[in-house]
Amino acid sequence: MSERLAVRKTYKLFIGGRFPRSESGRSYLVENTNVALASRKDVRDAVVAARSAVKGWSGATAYNRGQILYRAAEMLEGRRDQFIGLGLPAAEVDVATDRWVWYAGWADKIAQVYGGANPVAGPYFNLSAPEPTGVVGVVAPGESPLLGLVSVIAPAIVSGNTVVVLAAEPAPLPAVTLAEVLATSDLPGGVVNILTGRAAETAPWLASHLDVNALDLTGVADQALAVSLEQAAAGNLKRVVRPPAAPIDWTADPGPSRITAFLETKTVWHPKGV
Amino acid sequence: MNAFDYAPAPESRSIVDLRPSYGLFINGEFVDPADGAGLKSVNPASEEVLADVAEAGPADVDRAVTAARAAYETVWGPMPGTQRAKYLFRIARIIQERSRELAVLESLDNGKPIRESRDVDLPLTAAHFFYYAGWADKLPHAGFGPHPQPLGVAGQVIPWNFPLLMLAWKIAPALACGNTVVLKPAETTPLSALLFAEICQQADLPPGVVNIITGAGQTGAALVNHTGVDKIAFTGSTDVGKQIARAVAGTGKKLTLELGGKAANIVFDDAPIDQAVEGIVNGIFFNQGHVCCAGSRLLVQESIHDQLLESLKRRMALLRVGDPLDKNTDIGAINSATQLDRIRALTQIGGEEGAHPWSPPCELPERGFWFAPTIFTGVSQAHRIAREEIFGPVLSVLTFRTPAEAVEKANNTPYGLSAGIWTEKGSRILSIADKLRAGVVWANTFNTFDPASPFGGYKESGYGREGGRHGLEAYLDV
Repeated sequence: MSERLAVRKTYKLFIGGRFPRSESGRSYLVENTNVALASRKDVRDAVVAARSAVKGWSGATAYNRGQILYRAAEMLEGRRDQFIGLGLPAAEVDVATDRWVWYAGWADKIAQVYGGANPVAGPYFNLSAPEPTGVVGVVAPGESPLLGLVSVIAPAIVSGNTVVVLAAEPAPLPAVTLAEVLATSDLPGGVVNILTGRAAETAPWLASHLDVNALDLTGVADQALAVSLEQAAAGNLKRVVRPPAAPIDWTADPGPSRITAFLETKTVWHPKGV
Repeated sequence: MNAFDYAPAPESRSIVDLRPSYGLFINGEFVDPADGAGLKSVNPASEEVLADVAEAGPADVDRAVTAARAAYETVWGPMPGTQRAKYLFRIARIIQERSRELAVLESLDNGKPIRESRDVDLPLTAAHFFYYAGWADKLPHAGFGPHPQPLGVAGQVIPWNFPLLMLAWKIAPALACGNTVVLKPAETTPLSALLFAEICQQADLPPGVVNIITGAGQTGAALVNHTGVDKIAFTGSTDVGKQIARAVAGTGKKLTLELGGKAANIVFDDAPIDQAVEGIVNGIFFNQGHVCCAGSRLLVQESIHDQLLESLKRRMALLRVGDPLDKNTDIGAINSATQLDRIRALTQIGGEEGAHPWSPPCELPERGFWFAPTIFTGVSQAHRIAREEIFGPVLSVLTFRTPAEAVEKANNTPYGLSAGIWTEKGSRILSIADKLRAGVVWANTFNTFDPASPFGGYKESGYGREGGRHGLEAYLDV
């Protein structure tokens, strides 16, 4: 009897909860695997999917978002071996899973830490509460392909944003595998959209897209590209997280700043009276 | 019924001691600009020249930034928060003590009614310094980590609508956090900032901690582009805000922007009509409508449209337009000829596009820049007067039938600075407020401010918050 032939996986994009090929029909080779090479139109489709998911995801209760994200961590743990099989160090997979759990717990706490009642002079109850900014475009970092990715996606979505992520060009396989984790974890379609390919090609479209509210440039290593993306983002005043000045230690306690970077503060003056 | 006319009740301007000309306030002293350029500041209510003011060129900007850097490194940065706090408390107290003088000067230079500069601008300015003074020595407890650090030199560019109050919003938190500042007031309203410079001297604030450079757009651009500045804070138009965001790209400068707005003021059918009318008037006619968060789109529930409009018109007929220094004046002068042109152009377009303008009978002074309070009915969402910021006493009235439609229309704008809700139902206030994409939501009030209350926009109204604990973040390295 001959040896069983393995069923190979086709690595595709993740848009609106589905796994389409690039509309361009293009792909590129990574570790002898064909990976979808996303185009401008894929960016557009992903933004549409992300925008349609904003209302439901941001409208979900904070507890519910926390539950769903915790579920994603369970799925991540379950695929531990698969990530290791892609060549990731076991320690990185474990830290990534723990990081996801850490962020999941913030869902129903960030408003208490980052918002609050303000003692105004006048007959008003004055409350400042954080709200998600909307659709966040993310250029994922290339180093620590899973931990880095988790560390930019989880803080953006935990507060109710949706994301369009441009996976790091040389390391797309963990990104697509993470998409499979998210697709099986009750996360509504469109909350996370992942495009593989060349960020240098797709990021300018994301940065200038008028239906994107914020841009995370953490993964942009090319300084000139970072500047042009930040300039394009000014077109509709996107909130921008710039590339780090020094390499990030992804294993360190990140603090909540990646959550608050994508929050708006709404202050409500509610009248008091009898 | 007898009608009682108002007798003139002018506030004396003798309390203000204007110099014929002002230099730049750099490193604790008034100095002449390097290239000798100048502007004239004009009283918009009379077109009389109030004073000659220096126009800072690139060399002056550089001198101011250098002074700010030196003060940051040698004095203000190393100074314990408890000491910084006391300087800010001192400044707050002097503002209170000289508030009448500042209020009269503000009305002279800006054209706003003395009733507003005296009762709103000045008390809020002093309160803002008091509020942030108290933060200066408590920063490790503000939620930004145990050792929050200042950014360095802050370049700040402010508008002409609330000259002194916007100065306070910029300078107080910057100094409390340990930064030094170079501030550029608006070209048409530099005088209260220059008087503030004297107050810094009076408070013995170390030289270079606050530098005031007057000038127009080029001066502002030179400040924004100066490589020695670590942070830019800008309040003004969305167009300029976008230019600044583009200019700082790649520089690493921290940026906060407080820009334009086209706020919806939503009146539900259960709202107390008279109270709502007062709020609508305050929302759009306060400060001649020169307010970024002005309630410039009235969204009224269809069933009460006629009744509300009748009350609003009756109320508008009682508004007194005229001498800003008269204590009975409700609406003062438009700040400049340029702004008046813009208001006229957009209102003319409003009529041409098919909306119906209405103004109460009102006699406008012959000299100066004036515009009668105006409402447009029959406005559609596509009209330019419903989409663009007019920044004048012009209200666009639209209607809605259901709460969902009100929210939809309110959010149908690239802006997101503020919004108003008028209803007797508390639960409705909170549910509608949840759905509005705006940084400040006023319920059964409008244009209410407090130093403890964060202010700032969503979307193209900018980013960052001023006021409250949130306002510290703009001036800390976090």
